Amino acid sequence: MTWYPFDTWIVIVGALAALACALPGCFLVLRRMSLMGDAISHAVLPGLAIAFLVTASRASWPMFVGAAAVGVLTAILSGWVERVGKVEAQAALGVVFTALFAVGLILIRFAADHVDIDADCVLYGEIELAPLRTVSVLGFDIPQPALVNGGMLLINVLVIGLLYKEMKISAFDPQLATTLGINATAMHYLLMGLVAATVVAAFESVGSILVIAMLIVPGAVGHLLSDRLSSMLGIAAVVAVLSAVLGHVGAITLPPLAGFDDTRTAGMMVVVAGGLFVLAMSFGPRYGLVSRAITQLGLGLRIAQEDLLATLYRLEEQGDDRSTPAAIRADQLRATLDLDPLRHRLLLRRLHRGQLVTRTDAGYALTDAGRSLARDLVRTHRLWETYLDQYTGTPADHLHLAAEQLEHATSPTMQQQLAERTGSPATDPQGKTIPSPPNDASR
Amino acid sequence: MPELWEDMLRTLSLRDHNTRVVVLGVSMLGLAAGLVGTFMVLRKRALLTDAVSHATLPGIAAAFMLMVAFGGSGRSLSGLLLGAAVFGVLGMLGVQAIRKYTRLKDDVALGIVLSVFFGLGVAMLGLVQEMRQGHAAGIDRFIYGQAATMLGADAMTMLVMASIVVAACALLFKEFTLVCFDEQYAGAQGWPVGMIDVVMMGLVVAVTVIGLQAVGLILVVAMLIVPPAAARFWTDNLLRMGLVAGVIGLVSGYLGATVSGMAPRLPTGPIIVLVATGVFVVSLLAGTRRGVLVRAWRHVQSVRRTGLQHLMRAAFEHAELAGDEPFAADDLLDRRSWSKRELSRLLRRAQRYGWVVPTSDDRWRLSDAGRREARRVVRNHRLWELFLIEHADIAPSHVDRDADRIEHVLGEAMVEQLERTLRTRGEAVAVPASPHRIGGDDKVTR
Repeated sequence: MTWYPFDTWIVIVGALAALACALPGCFLVLRRMSLMGDAISHAVLPGLAIAFLVTASRASWPMFVGAAAVGVLTAILSGWVERVGKVEAQAALGVVFTALFAVGLILIRFAADHVDIDADCVLYGEIELAPLRTVSVLGFDIPQPALVNGGMLLINVLVIGLLYKEMKISAFDPQLATTLGINATAMHYLLMGLVAATVVAAFESVGSILVIAMLIVPGAVGHLLSDRLSSMLGIAAVVAVLSAVLGHVGAITLPPLAGFDDTRTAGMMVVVAGGLFVLAMSFGPRYGLVSRAITQLGLGLRIAQEDLLATLYRLEEQGDDRSTPAAIRADQLRATLDLDPLRHRLLLRRLHRGQLVTRTDAGYALTDAGRSLARDLVRTHRLWETYLDQYTGTPADHLHLAAEQLEHATSPTMQQQLAERTGSPATDPQGKTIPSPPNDASR
Repeated sequence: MPELWEDMLRTLSLRDHNTRVVVLGVSMLGLAAGLVGTFMVLRKRALLTDAVSHATLPGIAAAFMLMVAFGGSGRSLSGLLLGAAVFGVLGMLGVQAIRKYTRLKDDVALGIVLSVFFGLGVAMLGLVQEMRQGHAAGIDRFIYGQAATMLGADAMTMLVMASIVVAACALLFKEFTLVCFDEQYAGAQGWPVGMIDVVMMGLVVAVTVIGLQAVGLILVVAMLIVPPAAARFWTDNLLRMGLVAGVIGLVSGYLGATVSGMAPRLPTGPIIVLVATGVFVVSLLAGTRRGVLVRAWRHVQSVRRTGLQHLMRAAFEHAELAGDEPFAADDLLDRRSWSKRELSRLLRRAQRYGWVVPTSDDRWRLSDAGRREARRVVRNHRLWELFLIEHADIAPSHVDRDADRIEHVLGEAMVEQLERTLRTRGEAVAVPASPHRIGGDDKVTR
C-alpha cells in the first residue's frame, strides 16, 4: 500500500462529511426519524437538477439553497400527507420521496445535455476526486469539499451546542418541551433544515449513500452503547471518523488481495460503519448480544447450582441418619433433577471446586459451607410456600413451582420479612420442617 | 407528423411483439406490486420494501462475480435475479434481527440495512467494473431501470413471475387478510402465522427483484407503496383496496412502459412513479371514503347540522321561559356565544327547512315541524343531563356543556336506552324539565 498526500485529503473530506452527518443523525435516531434522512437525501435530487438547469454550473449557492429547500419540503410534505390525508407515516414518507426522486431523475436526464452531471455522481459521489479541486486559503491549498463539509460541520456543532438543551428535550419529550416554553415544532424544522443542508453539502463530495449511512449508523451505534445523549454524540463522532479512516484504507488495501486495483471509497466507508455497528450490536457492554448472553448464562448457572445444592439437602433430609453426612450417588441426583449429563457433570465440578460439595467413593455430599447455603435456600423456598398459601390463595399443588422460581430472587431481608409475615412457622403447608435461620444456634 | 403518430399508435396498440411483451410484463408487475403492497401498507411496513430493494444490490454484484468466476459472461438474468433475491431475503432478516435483538426502533433497523447493504453493493460494483472478463456494463441498469431496452425473453420472465405473484395473492387472500388485521387472533385460530408471514415477505422480495430491471431498485418501492396508499382513499374494504391498488399499478405500469417506449430518453421508472403519484394526489383530494374534500364536506355538514340544532334548542327554551309568542332574533342572542350574523344565517337556513316562519313584524315563530325537531333535540339534551346527574354523579350546574356536545349524535337506540335507564317513558313524558336554571343570565349555558 502506498499512501499519497491526496489519500490523507480523501480521509479528511470523508471524516468531515461523516462527522457533519453523524451529529444531527443522533437526533434523528432518537426521534425515530432515521428514514427522514434517507428520504431527504433522495428527495434533494430535483432541487439539484433545477439548480443545475438554471445556473448551468455544479457548485453554487443557488444549488445549495434550492436543494436544501426541497429537503425541508420533503419533511413538510410528508407531514402534511400524513396529517391531512391520514396516511400511515412510513407510506406517506415513501410516497413523497419517491415522487420527488422520480422528478429529479427525469430533470437530470434533460439537464445532462447542458451540464456534466448524471445520477451516478449523486449516488456514489466522487470522493476520490475531492482533493483535485483546491482553493487557496491563507496560502494553503485546501480541497474545496473539505472546506464545504468542514463549514457544515462547524454550523452543526454551533447550532447543536447553542440549542443543546432545547433539542435534547424536544427529542425525548416534545410535550414536555412545549410546556417548558420550547417551540418543539420549530426545533423539528430546525433539525430538518440542518439535515437537509448537511445532506446537500456532503452529497457532491461523498455521495448520497455515504450520507444516508452516516446519518443513521453512527447514531445507532451511540444509542446501543450509551444511555446519555452527550456520550451518544461522542461515540457517533468516533464511529464517523473511524469509518472514514478504515474505509479508505480498506478501499485501497483489500481489493489488491483479490487481484483488483481498488474500489469505491464511499462504499467501503459505509461497509466499515456497518461492521462497527455489528460489533456494537454483538459486544456492547450493556445491550450487546454477547454480554447479554453471558449475563443470562451466568444467571442460569447460578440457578442450576442452587437447585442442585437444595436437592442434595433434601435428599440428605430424607436419609435416616442425619448426624453423618450421607453420600448421594450421582445418578440418583441426576434422576431427581432431570439434567442432561454434560451440564450435570459441569455443575458438580464447579460445586466441588467451590468446596460446596465433597466427592467420596459412595457419591456426593454437602460440605458445611454447602449445607448452610442449601439450608438457607430451602428455608426461603418453604417460607414462600407458606406465604403463598396464606396470602395469595395459590392452590396447594401450584405452591412448589412458584416458590421454586421465587427462591432464587429473594434477598436475606426479604426472607426475614417473609418469616415475620408468616409468623415464623415450624413447618410449611406440606408439613416439612422449615430450617431455622443460619445465625440461629439451635439447629 | 404522420410518422410520429403512426409510431405512437404502434406502441400504444402493442403491435410489436417485443413492445407487447415488455408493456404486458410491466403492467403485470404493476398489478402484482399493487396487490402485495396493499398488505405491506396496511401492516405499516411500507418502507421495509425500500430496505429490501436496496439490499439486492450486493446480491447482483456477487452473482455477477460468481458467474464470471465460473467462466460465464455474467449476463444471465436469472442468475443475477437469484443473487438479488438471496440478498433481499438477507436484508429482511437483518431488519428482523436488529428489531428483535437490539433496542433500536424500526426506522433505524430499516435505515441501517438499507444503507449498509447498498454501500456494500457500491463497493462490490467498484470491483465488478474493473473485471476484464464478463460484460459488466449492464449492471447499472438495475439501479435506475429501463424497460424500453429490455429483451423480449427477459420481459417474458417478468411477465410469468409477476403472474405467479398475482396468483399467489389471489389464492392466499384470506390468510393474508387474517395476518394483516389480527395476527394474534389468527394464531389462536390455529393458522400458521409465521409461515404466512414468510410467504408474504417472499412475495415482496419477488416483486422487488422482478421490478429491478424495469423501474430500478430505488423506485421499485414506489410501485409497492403508492398504489395502495392511493387506493386507501376510496374504500374501507380490503378486497376492493387490493383490486383498486392493483388497477392503479397496472395503469401506471402500462403508461410508464409505453411512454418510455415512445420517447426512449424518458426513463421508465420515474414515469411509472409519477403516474402513480398523480393518481395518489387525485385520490387524496377526491377519494370517496377518506379523501380530503369528502372529509371537509362531511365536516361542514356536521357543523351546519349542529348549528341548526343549537338554534332549535335555543328557540324552544326561549319559548319555555317567555311563552309561545313569536321571538325576535335578539331574544336568542344571549343564549349561546354566537354573533348576530351567525344567528341570522342560521335562522334563514332553518326557514328553508321550514322549521321557523317569519312573522310580519320581523319576528320568528317555530313551525310545527320545527317544534317537533326542537322537542327532539331538547329532549335528547335533557335526558343526557339527567343521566349524567343520576348515574355519573355530576353536579347539575356542570352537565349542560357535556350534553351540549352529545345531543347531536344520540341515536334512537341510545335514546331508548336512556329512557329505560331513567325510567321515563317514550313520548308520554314529553320533555323533562331542565335540571338546572336556564336563561340569559345563566352563564353556564355558554
